[in-house]
Amino acid sequence: MNSFSGKALSWELASGVIEVTLHREPCNEIGTLCLSELEQLASALPSLEETAHALVFNSRLACGFSAGGDLRELYEGIRTTEPKAALAGIRDFHQRIHHVMNTLDASPLITIAAVHGIVFGGGLELALACDIIIADKTARFCFPELRLGIIPGFGGIPRLKRDLGNAVVRDLVLTGRSFNVTKAQQIGLVSQVVAEGQSLRVARATAGQLAKFDRCTTATAKKFIKPIPYDELRQEIEIVCDLYARPAVQEALKKFVESTDVQPYLP
Amino acid sequence: MRTEQQTIDEILDLAAAQFKVPRANLSADDDFFKKLGIDSLQALSLLTRLEQHFNVELPDYELQGVSDFRTLAERIQARL
Repeated sequence: MNSFSGKALSWELASGVIEVTLHREPCNEIGTLCLSELEQLASALPSLEETAHALVFNSRLACGFSAGGDLRELYEGIRTTEPKAALAGIRDFHQRIHHVMNTLDASPLITIAAVHGIVFGGGLELALACDIIIADKTARFCFPELRLGIIPGFGGIPRLKRDLGNAVVRDLVLTGRSFNVTKAQQIGLVSQVVAEGQSLRVARATAGQLAKFDRCTTATAKKFIKPIPYDELRQEIEIVCDLYARPAVQEALKKFVESTDVQPYLP
Repeated sequence: MRTEQQTIDEILDLAAAQFKVPRANLSADDDFFKKLGIDSLQALSLLTRLEQHFNVELPDYELQGVSDFRTLAERIQARL
């Protein structure tokens, strides 16, 4: 399957590049629908990898790349389901999203996240699973999870620890503050900063450059450069599930979802 | 070193341009959420532009409860 058109995302393989476009209003929240379509992408990768050399994620929405996990769906699931079943659902969701992220992380393709605007929580974790992040000047990054009484749950902390200095990781995760692209490049999260609206064009150009190299060598280099912290990733799922079992999380989610405050993202 | 009034003027110029609001309609004590008609995510995009323009880093928790241009200018001024 060289192309796919879904409700949350679409992809197309052309000239050796799989271009994955996120397009789920309001801001590409990652819930069960998006997860299901990401799983379809992950399942299609082995056959796509036969002809592709790169994969580029981008968003069609003006608001940005992704606001992260779908907190409204999550809250509804917790609110309307018996606690034990709700926790089982949360565990299942996290195991599935980890499988997708790990598949992207381990893919022999070079993966590029072309981001702009909001790159929060699970959206940032998706970008972190990619090999290269190219951001335009409007990009703003954040791990807001601690504000809700949880930690990033889509592989964020193990991948942050792999890629960045621990002091920076502590600052970003423990304060939950958002930061701009200048800071993101300064700490080594973003490798290329481009003008507004140019991240996809530059990602395509970068993917074009990668096509000149021997694919086997590129895949070998990636594997050597980018070890996958599987033990910590498994540990993360356990920590997240333990945290979700606390009533404080449901209270925080309720407050967020039901908030009419003009600044729900700035608690 | 900018004066606080200069900082306010530059913020108003940037906000007017970004959200396509007549500059003359904006003043220092306006509630920018109401006057610009923006939500929290749009406020973050304004914050990004302000950080780049003034070359400062402004953690969003410092803006908790801030909704007028004058106080916003004070927070920026404190980091110049």
